[in-house]
Amino acid sequence: MARALRTDGMRKCIGCFSCMTVCAAVNKHNFSISKSAIKIKTNGGLKHGFYATVCHACKDDRACLEACPTGALVERKGGGVLLNKDMCTGCKKCVDACIVGAVFFDEEENLPIICKHCGSCTRFCPHQCLTMEEVDDVL
Amino acid sequence: MFYKDYIRVLNINLSTGRIRVDKRKDLRAYLGGVGVASKLLQENMNPDLPPLHEDQPIIFAIGAASSVFPVITKTVAMFVSPLTGELGESYAGGRLAFTMLHAGYDAIVITGKSQKPCYVTVTQTGVEIKDARAFWGMDSDKVGSYIRNREHGSGKRSIIRIGPAGENLCSYASVCVDTYRHFGRLGLGAVFGSKLMKAMQVTGDLPMPIPNFKDYFKTYSKLYKQVTETEVMAKYHDAGTPINVEPLSAMGGLPTRNLTSGTFEHAENISGEAFAKNNLIRKMACTGCPVGCIHIGQFRREFDHGYEYEAISVGYDYELIYALGSFLGVDNTDGVLYVIDAVERNGLDAMSCGVVLGWACEALERGIITEEQTILPLKMGDYVNLAKAVDYIAQGVNQLYTDMGKGVKHVAKKYGGYDFGMQIAGNEMPGYHTGYGSLVGALVGARHSHLCNAGYSYDQSNRDKELDKEKLVDYLISEEIERCLLNSLIICLFARKVYSRENIRMVLKCVGLDYTDETLTDIAKRILRTKLEIKKSLGFAIQDVKLPKRFFETPTTTGKLDQYMANEIAEEYARRCEEILAEEDESIKEFV
Ligand code: SF4
Ligand code: SF4
Ligand code: SF4
Ligand code: SF4
Repeated sequence: MARALRTDGMRKCIGCFSCMTVCAAVNKHNFSISKSAIKIKTNGGLKHGFYATVCHACKDDRACLEACPTGALVERKGGGVLLNKDMCTGCKKCVDACIVGAVFFDEEENLPIICKHCGSCTRFCPHQCLTMEEVDDVL
Repeated sequence: MFYKDYIRVLNINLSTGRIRVDKRKDLRAYLGGVGVASKLLQENMNPDLPPLHEDQPIIFAIGAASSVFPVITKTVAMFVSPLTGELGESYAGGRLAFTMLHAGYDAIVITGKSQKPCYVTVTQTGVEIKDARAFWGMDSDKVGSYIRNREHGSGKRSIIRIGPAGENLCSYASVCVDTYRHFGRLGLGAVFGSKLMKAMQVTGDLPMPIPNFKDYFKTYSKLYKQVTETEVMAKYHDAGTPINVEPLSAMGGLPTRNLTSGTFEHAENISGEAFAKNNLIRKMACTGCPVGCIHIGQFRREFDHGYEYEAISVGYDYELIYALGSFLGVDNTDGVLYVIDAVERNGLDAMSCGVVLGWACEALERGIITEEQTILPLKMGDYVNLAKAVDYIAQGVNQLYTDMGKGVKHVAKKYGGYDFGMQIAGNEMPGYHTGYGSLVGALVGARHSHLCNAGYSYDQSNRDKELDKEKLVDYLISEEIERCLLNSLIICLFARKVYSRENIRMVLKCVGLDYTDETLTDIAKRILRTKLEIKKSLGFAIQDVKLPKRFFETPTTTGKLDQYMANEIAEEYARRCEEILAEEDESIKEFV
C-alpha cells in the first residue's frame, strides 16, 4: 500500500526543525533547511504556534502537474507528484500553481523542491506531529 | 567552518561602520564556541578601561559542531561584565547559532559605539548598521515585532534585542533572543546599551553540502536516538526544569525569602505540576533540539476597569521560579508569571533581579532604607508591587533604584546589609543552597554561575557522606575543564550526559575535526587557561572575595556551612588554577 505524509499532529510541534534538517540531509545531502520539502513556520513570531507547509498529496487533480508544460511532474502512487529532473526547465509554473504553497524552489539547482512522501522526517519528529498514513494505491 | 581549517570571524565596528571578515587558522587551537570567544575577547578587550567603555568588545561565537546534531544549540556571548567587572560569559539558545552557521560566520566581534541608536543585520550577502532611533525606549517584545515586520527572513532568522534596562545601563540587563531565550547573566544588555545597539538580526540559508552524508546521518541518527530515549530528556520536556522546585525545597536547598530559609512552605503551589496545571499552554525548542524544554505559561491580567483583560504568555523555568517565586515569597503561579513578565519586558536578568529585590524587601523591613526611597511598600509576596519595582529599577527612577540596578553587591555596600545581599563575587546567587559544592563552586567558577561546574550536583550526590575537600576540588576543576569542551561545541548542558567524550569525538569527526582525547583535553585546558588569564588581567583573585554571612547562617541540604572551610576549599582551588596557568602549552604548536 502507498503511504502519504500527514501533518495532523502539528499542535504538538515544538519548532525543533529536526524534520527540515533531516529532509534536506536525506534528500539533498545538504545542511541548509532551505533545501527541505517541508517548512515549519510561525504565524508572526514565536508567540503563536507552528504550522507545516508541505505537499498534501493531492489525488485526483494535481494543480502543480497540470501547470507543468514539459511533463516533468508525474503522478505518484498514493497522491502527490514525482519530479523527473531531466525534463524540468525551471519555469516555476508549479510553484505558482500549488495553492498551499508546497512547491519550493532551489535556485542553486534550478529545480522545484516537492515532498516525495519518503517518510524520513516522520522518523525524526520527536512528538509525532508528522506521520505516514497508508492510503489507497490509486494514481 | 565545517570541513575547513579556519574560523570565520565577522568584525563590525560601530564607530566607523567598517566591516571586516577574517579567516583565522590559528583559532582552531581553541576549537570553537567559548574557546574561540575567549581568545577573541582577550585580543579585543582593554583591561584598563571600564566595562562599558566603547572600546570594549562584544563577542558572539557558535560551536565547532553547532546546529547540525541534536541539542547542539547554543551561542556564547563574551564581554567584560559591568556587573562583576570581570569575565562576562553567557549562553543562549533559540535560533541564533543556527542562523549564524547558515550566514557563514563562526564568530562576530562588535566594537565601538554607534553615534545614534542602531540595529545590525547580518546576512550571507551583507552586513548593515541601521537606524533604530524610533525603537529606543521600546520593550524587547515590541522591538522584536517591529524588526520582524521590517526585515526579511521569516522562519530562518534570529532577532536579539534589549529592553529599557539595557538602554539605561543596568548592570544585569539581559539580551532577549527570539522571544523566549536570553543572554541573561552578567549584563550583556548594558554592553549593548553602551554601544547604542538595540538589536541584531541574523539571517542565513547558505547551501552547505554534506560531503560525507552516510557517516553524518549515521551519527545524527544514533545521537537522536540517545537524546530522545534518555529519561532526563523526558523530564525536561514533560513538566520541565520546574519539576525540581518541590524536591529541592523538601531537602532544604531552595533559596527562600532572601535565603532566610532553604524550604518554602508553599513550594507545592509553585511546583512544575502547579504551573502545568494552571498556566502551561505550549512547549518549544531551540532550533535543533528534539527535547523542547521551553515551557510557556499564560496568565490573565486586568489592564483597565470594565472587565478589560489581556492574556499574557511568558516562558518559565526553574531558575525564574526560584528567583521571582520562592526567593521573594511569591506563593502562586500567576504571581510568579506576573513578575517574570515585568522582568522580560524590561530586559533584566531574572536571577539578579530577584536577589536585588530580596535584599530591598529585607532592607526596608529593617529600616536600612525607607519607604520614601522605595516609593512602594515593598514586601515579600506582594507581586504587584514587586513587578512595579522591576520597572523602577530598569528606569532608574531615583537614586536607590539606580543603585539597585548596579547589583546587590553595589547597593548593599552603599546602604548596608552586605551580609544579606546574596551575591557571590558580585554575581547574584543561583537557585541552589545545597552545600559547599554550590557555594564554593559559584565562587571559583570562571563566571560565578552554577553552570560553571555544577557544584550543586556534587552536593546532591554526596549528601550522606562526610566532606572530602580534595575530592570536591577535584570534581569542581575537572567539571569546569570538561564544560570548556562542551561549551566549545556548544552543547546544551541538559544533554551533557549524552555527549560523552566518545560522542563528542564522533560528531567532531563528522565535520572534519579528527582529534584524540588527549588533544581535546589539551584544548579544554587551553580554554580554561585563557579565561583565567582574562580574569587575572581584570584584577580578580579568589582570595579577595568576601561572602555575605547569611550563606553560613541558613542551613543547606548538607547542613550549615563553615566560612573557614569554604575559604580553605576556595584557596585550594585557587592554587590549582595557578598550576594550570603555569603549565607549558606544548600542543598549541600543532595548530600553527
Ligand atoms: S505540490 Fe501542491 S498541487 Fe502538487 S500535489 Fe502537492 S499539494 Fe497538490
Ligand atoms: S516525507 Fe520525505 S520529502 Fe516529504 S518532507 Fe518528509 S523527508 Fe521531506
Ligand atoms: S520535527 Fe516535529 S516537532 Fe520538530 S519542527 Fe518538525 S514537526 Fe515540529
Ligand atoms: S533542552 Fe531546552 S534549552 Fe536545551 S536546546 Fe533543547 S529546548 Fe533549548
